[in-house]
Amino acid sequence: MFVINCPYCGERDQSEFSCGGEAHIVRPKQPTELSDDEWAEYLFMRKNIKGVQFERWNHAHGCRKWFNMVRDTSNDKIHAVYKMGEKPPVI
Amino acid sequence: MKNKYSIFSLIKNAFSQHENWKQAWGDPEPKKEYEAVIVGGGGHGLATAYYLAKKHNMKNIAVLEKGWIGGGNTGRNTTIIRSNYLWDASAGLYDHALKIWENLSQELNYNIMFSQRGVMNLAHNLQDVRDLKRRTHANRLNGIDAVWLDTKQVKEFCPIINISQDIRYPVLGGTLQRRAGTARHDAVAWGYARGADAMGVDIIQNCEVKGIKRNGDHVEGLDTTKGFIKTKKIGVVAAGHSSVIANMAGLKLPLESKPLQALVSEPVKPIIDTVVMSNAVHAYVSQSDKGELVIGAGTDAYISYTQRGSHDVVEGTLKAILELYPIFSRMKMLRQWGGIVDICPDASPIISKTNIKGLYFNCGWGTGGFKATPGSGDLFAHTIANDEPHKLNAAFNLNRFVSGDLVDEHGAAAVAH
Repeated sequence: MFVINCPYCGERDQSEFSCGGEAHIVRPKQPTELSDDEWAEYLFMRKNIKGVQFERWNHAHGCRKWFNMVRDTSNDKIHAVYKMGEKPPVI
Repeated sequence: MKNKYSIFSLIKNAFSQHENWKQAWGDPEPKKEYEAVIVGGGGHGLATAYYLAKKHNMKNIAVLEKGWIGGGNTGRNTTIIRSNYLWDASAGLYDHALKIWENLSQELNYNIMFSQRGVMNLAHNLQDVRDLKRRTHANRLNGIDAVWLDTKQVKEFCPIINISQDIRYPVLGGTLQRRAGTARHDAVAWGYARGADAMGVDIIQNCEVKGIKRNGDHVEGLDTTKGFIKTKKIGVVAAGHSSVIANMAGLKLPLESKPLQALVSEPVKPIIDTVVMSNAVHAYVSQSDKGELVIGAGTDAYISYTQRGSHDVVEGTLKAILELYPIFSRMKMLRQWGGIVDICPDASPIISKTNIKGLYFNCGWGTGGFKATPGSGDLFAHTIANDEPHKLNAAFNLNRFVSGDLVDEHGAAAVAH
């Protein structure tokens, strides 16, 4: 449990947010040409990093906006929060 | 087995003040090379080593554990054992385990305190009733004992439950598997460790895997905190840390690791002699032999390796527990902890070869791996020894995420994953 600094609302309790998992997974540009292996990679395979991870979050019980976050999954420390579409910070 | 446990050995050792019991397993330094190495000294890993030695005659093997054996999720779960899963593949897998549980104390000469006290799953709305009835029918077709209980029968089976229809999630009935129950989690790890050690397996504790050495499409060994170990076969049973090990081999798995919490109360006299689970409100409770209520909560909804878990998850579970069992309103909780569980998108495990020769994974058990410990070890040992899955774990291969042939137990099993 931790506090998240929503880029739109400010600091709120983590329980107000829902996590959308790994960020920056690019949606296939030509889905019809994807092989089964590539679909599996896109849909299911995850880095699931122990350490610094880039992930998507949604302020579900607040502004309901999506944003990105850089968090260390080994200690839940948040390194950066940035809006969708912004360039990910170098950590 | 060195030092067979029996009433006679107990009496004999009483004369020497119990000071001459031999160590149940050794503390060896790793050899340069092994026929196979199991990564992870929890219940599943130790069981795998035990069955590799016992059924497949592979004695030159090691189990590497970064902490102490049984110190991970084996020592952190709520010890519930059942096999009332919906799909044929899951029913086959979990009932295989349950059948081994039934004779495991005798087989290991180690009391794992297996107690078939029954597991009841509650229905709180009409959809629950339909789903659970469907599951009961599916179970019976698979030869798994399951019965449907109406509200009155639920109350008879577990008298402390609140069946008032005025509560937020009233009890509309439930299913019961009488062969289900609990076992002493630590004893399972210790019993398998002792059994494996007696057959020559090296159990190496405080030895963390730091890297996997690959030569093209096959493995050559592992870098560990105790040096390099050469081996042609690596079986990874690292639960929440499976992805960490997979990443070392340049492999990605369809897993997300999340903290799952449990808590126990202060010990009280016997009050609940079964296990009651509730999918809809996500609360389950049983009572340990020490008298503590053992309560399982849900997972946090984000990836974390912190072994803590959030307070609001525990709060939600305890609210549900109090509504279902008002008698517990003044109980004090003694301890709370989190274990890191590796969750698959279809909430079913992976017991599988990989596209790297000699690298095998047994993971993805998510929130419910303890119940499968003996079956998981048996089938994983078969997969490693023969380089082919057993028919009972064939469906639980890694390739299902490519083929789409998923074993979707999400919400179909008895409790939310």
